[in-house]
Amino acid sequence: MSQFLTLLLRNRLAAAGGVVLLIVLALALLTPVLPLANPDATDTANRFQPVLSAGHLLGTDHLGRDQLSRLLWGTRLSLAVGIAAAVFAASIGAAIGIIAGYFGGRTDNLIMRGVDMLMAFPYILLALAIVAALGPGLVNALIAVAAVNVPFFARNIRGVTVGLAHKEFIDAARLAGLGHTRIIFSEILPNVVPVIVIAMSTTIGWMILETAGLSFLGLGSQPPQADLGSMLGEARGALITHPLTSVVPGAMILVIVMGINLLGDGVRDALDPRLRSGALARPMAATRVARRAPVPQNEDAGAVLALQGLETQFHVKDRVYKAVGGVSLQVKPGECLGLIGESGSGKSVTALSVMGLVASPPGVITAGAARYDGADLIGAPYETLRHLRGNRIAYIFQDPQATLHPLYRVGDQLVEAIRSHRPLSKSEAWARAVELLKQVRIPNPESRATSFPHEMSGGMRQRVGIAMAMANNPDVIIADEPTTALDVTVQAQILSLLNELRRERGLAIVFITHDFGVVAQLCDRVAVMYAGRIVEQGPTEAVLAAPAHPYTRRLIACVPELGEGRRKLEAIPGLPPAVDRLDPGCAFAPRCLKAQAVCKQGDIALAEEGARVVRCLFPETDIRLEQSV
Amino acid sequence: MSEVLKLDGLAKSFAVGKRLFGGPRGMVHAVRPVDLVVQQGETLGIVGESGCGKSTLARMLVGLLPATSGRIEINGAPLDNADPSEFGKKIQYVFQDPISSLNPRKTIRQIMDAPLKRLHHIDRATRTQRISEIFASVNLREEFLDRYPHEFSGGQAQRIGIARALAAEAKILILDEPVSALDVSVQAQVLNLLADLKVRLGLTYLFISHDLAVVEAVSDRVAVLYFGSVVEVGPAEQVFAAPRHPYTRLLAQSAPVVGRPLSAPEGRESELPDPLNPPQGCAFKARCPKASEICGREVPPLAPVGGTDHLAACHHPL
Repeated sequence: MSQFLTLLLRNRLAAAGGVVLLIVLALALLTPVLPLANPDATDTANRFQPVLSAGHLLGTDHLGRDQLSRLLWGTRLSLAVGIAAAVFAASIGAAIGIIAGYFGGRTDNLIMRGVDMLMAFPYILLALAIVAALGPGLVNALIAVAAVNVPFFARNIRGVTVGLAHKEFIDAARLAGLGHTRIIFSEILPNVVPVIVIAMSTTIGWMILETAGLSFLGLGSQPPQADLGSMLGEARGALITHPLTSVVPGAMILVIVMGINLLGDGVRDALDPRLRSGALARPMAATRVARRAPVPQNEDAGAVLALQGLETQFHVKDRVYKAVGGVSLQVKPGECLGLIGESGSGKSVTALSVMGLVASPPGVITAGAARYDGADLIGAPYETLRHLRGNRIAYIFQDPQATLHPLYRVGDQLVEAIRSHRPLSKSEAWARAVELLKQVRIPNPESRATSFPHEMSGGMRQRVGIAMAMANNPDVIIADEPTTALDVTVQAQILSLLNELRRERGLAIVFITHDFGVVAQLCDRVAVMYAGRIVEQGPTEAVLAAPAHPYTRRLIACVPELGEGRRKLEAIPGLPPAVDRLDPGCAFAPRCLKAQAVCKQGDIALAEEGARVVRCLFPETDIRLEQSV
Repeated sequence: MSEVLKLDGLAKSFAVGKRLFGGPRGMVHAVRPVDLVVQQGETLGIVGESGCGKSTLARMLVGLLPATSGRIEINGAPLDNADPSEFGKKIQYVFQDPISSLNPRKTIRQIMDAPLKRLHHIDRATRTQRISEIFASVNLREEFLDRYPHEFSGGQAQRIGIARALAAEAKILILDEPVSALDVSVQAQVLNLLADLKVRLGLTYLFISHDLAVVEAVSDRVAVLYFGSVVEVGPAEQVFAAPRHPYTRLLAQSAPVVGRPLSAPEGRESELPDPLNPPQGCAFKARCPKASEICGREVPPLAPVGGTDHLAACHHPL
């Protein structure tokens, strides 16, 4: 709640709207106790008095009634009617929406078609029809305005409920013995209330306008009772000769509706989780770079891609998440490096940092270098990065469903990938796209190129993802869990395809995964990450056969392997540390059986021996001994 | 040993392309008639790839989906799938996504209270005590009870999910991919907890997963599902070590194993059969190296192959 208020008040316009609205509300509430003239007392002798005349602060109207008094009483009535209409419309609309969305099927169909019919009428015609049927009067105007707005709420809430009704927690509630009514009230409703509040806050102003409109037409409040709409309506005759009588209620309507709308927009922005998580903030074209230390010298000449002490952080408010805390690794042409770690270990952020693809804000690269063919990419001009992205260094992501555009044919998407880097004609690029689909072994590539992503299976889509990465014959492919979402039989096909491509073309692959089996089959070398740092690196076979870091050994031990039968697994107790409060020393020490006091005392350097590297004071395997054997 | 759960010809079809009036455009047979028996105290593993019907099967067992045909028997008595609160006391479900199976706007205590209150009608004081007992048994601290689901990691949330299932005091738990969303180090913690609870509380598990190694590590018997049918069922140590159905062999060979060279065990063009237009005869024949003329004609029945407890649905078992 306090977070909501802070967010709301940070929005200046919304805060201003809120203040205005509060003043108006306070005035409306206090009207009966304020020393005002009788709003209905006519005094035709003193009609159309100007502002600040004796006894009439805002002058008088065409019957000589006090304008100030009528304005405040009228505002009071208009606000009450508008708010009451909003509450009625929201309650009835939400009830209809929840029932339609929760039960679905035929119930949903019938209810929503009825709502559609209601929506098909122009709202003012519908309201007029309702008032005509019920007779003029403020209560009937209220009913008409509420009824006209029910469809808006019903459709909004139904959409939200449909999403909720298929959530697993609804199933869980059913299994816990809750009936439909209880599920609607205790599971669905609490999740829908914020949406109702948002919808109400943005429509209440509209409802006040609509009520005023009906009163203006003489269908709402009946004389002599004043509300803002009827005041305007009565002043209409003297609009040219005595504009003041129209300006006073008009300005009040403007102030109220403006205040409500500004506040409503603020409420929506502060409450909507999508907007709150920064969906409105557009990330920069490349990750922000703020290096605190000088750029490291180029060391490894043979590597096509080399990271040197790369550090990437996320700055969220006053917290700093050290997602990547000094990662160094290299890949040579034709080599496959496995990057293994659990979620939150920083493996994906490492990969995205290379091409400056980490979203900024909140991402910041704070140290290190990422060299492609010796040239540093961190902080390189956007044009250079754009030239290299998808051209020399390409990515394959985990979920091809999310990375392919759902509305374009896969062939067209490939053509775009090709043409953004090469001056080919459309037909040449299309031929190349078909060729690429053939290379990733998609059967019948000519016709498949005209398919949409949703028409393909997961395995086929990932092949398109690979084809897109291959589109410009890159030197390096960074594959971020490319087979995690796939079935095992499809995974085997994709892995062997990647393996062939790299052997045929001397492609360097950085393969990010959490699966040791995949690493063992595909990768020449493996780097193990924990809490943003590499804890061990070396040739795959050596690392898997004799892991040196206790984390590597125990991570391998807790993965069941096919063919070993039923058994108890060796779990690692505890959880990986949060990267915004890392203690000094080894991040794994709290979960490590071999940890001693010295492990928690200072930075532990990487010990290097030949091809193997380990960051541990008490390694499981002495890598020096192993190298000499 | 006694049969605690028996499925007899259980099947589910979904209508595709529903219209407001008139019949649907087509039917998808998500689960073809399945017969399975689970013994008291046993873990039956169910493996299969996406779209093979394993989750549909699981949801039918707990009454979240009505079966199109067939019946479910628990302890010899047929289950009436009209009343979920009756189901709830006999059989419970642990969900795949631990976070989304907890209502984000309820505290853990409110979530734990629901099954105790609605299924067992226990009074407030006893509920508090029961919740403490259950939390202790799944190694969760009681201070968690007043927090909201988003404050927990995946592993903790999955333990809360298991605790909720235990609160219903059902003796059969359906575990639908209970560790797929978890990291490997946490996955092992949860699997060990499940194994421990089973022995202590005398539970029976139906363990559904796509991960062959996990299923093999936790199961007594394993059933392999393909295209909505059980194609092989047998003791866990035999099914993947000595598969009798060509599909099981393909699965076992596709799983990445340390020390086995990379190879694609089947042709690259193979695609799953189209559920809207199912093939005649054996559903696997298009991918099968041993397919013959009879496979295109007759659906092979599930029959014993070498020993009474190992069955395969294949005309030419390996």
